[in-house]
Amino acid sequence: MTVADIAFYSFATVVVASGLFVVLARNPVHSVLWLILAFISSAGLFVLLGAEFVAMLLVIVYVGAVAVLFLFVVMMLDVDFTELRAEMVSYLPVAALIGVIFLIQLAMVFGVWQSADGAMALRGAVAPSPDEAHNTAALGALIYDDYLHLFQTAGLILLVAMIGAIVLTLRHRPNIKRQDILAQMYRDPAKAMELKDVKPGQGL
Amino acid sequence: MIGLEHYLTVAAALFVIGIFGIFLNRKNVIVILMSIELMLLAVNINLVAFSAFLGDLVGQVFTMFVLTVAAAEAAIGLAILVCFYRNRGSIAVKDINILKG
Repeated sequence: MTVADIAFYSFATVVVASGLFVVLARNPVHSVLWLILAFISSAGLFVLLGAEFVAMLLVIVYVGAVAVLFLFVVMMLDVDFTELRAEMVSYLPVAALIGVIFLIQLAMVFGVWQSADGAMALRGAVAPSPDEAHNTAALGALIYDDYLHLFQTAGLILLVAMIGAIVLTLRHRPNIKRQDILAQMYRDPAKAMELKDVKPGQGL
Repeated sequence: MIGLEHYLTVAAALFVIGIFGIFLNRKNVIVILMSIELMLLAVNINLVAFSAFLGDLVGQVFTMFVLTVAAAEAAIGLAILVCFYRNRGSIAVKDINILKG
């Protein structure tokens, strides 16, 4: 067993085990933490496959953004999770049945499939050897040449998602005092205060 | 020697765990969203594994697009969740058929 084999088996075990704990954990905060572990160890799998850029992207985007987003939402919402977990046992048989069915279907495909004869000739972009160009450089050349429009569409999707998330969660509560800049700018000092001549010994 | 099949097995296991999680946590939308993320991760592992073993970089480009869509989906899903929680005070999925669409 080489070092790469040991690394693969440990990463694979951690990915599958932490995936299982994501689903089974009692506390959703623990679920998110297990999810982070699953992402990090699958980034390890990607490094083993020679896809360093995607691995780092996984760490930055998933662990740095998505998982933290989940963590914030789980911690911000004051939800009684024990109540939500209560009926989990009753769902277990159906969930296990569906899981087993999918597993059997995937196992039936396993080892039976084979590549078509011309598959190698149909490759869209042959990966250069690592000493020729780094994974990141090769991927960048591919994205900015052949997939530029799709890449920009991906950016557009993110922009729309960002605007959508802001629009959905932004709210103006009526009873809260906030700064009204226009009202401040149009304020007329002459009307805002009044000078009264107070005689000594008398009130107003 | 680790072959393509090893990676496909890991991805298949992860995908099934994702499906299992969706049906197991039918009330908890947050965990359902996390299960969807797991399934997308499984798809990503498949894409990168095929990309590496066939020597075709397009698979990794697609992984990036899947990543983009997953991030957008998580953001929108959690925004809807926060919105729903403000209106209803709970995140129970069985209440989400108000619209009867």
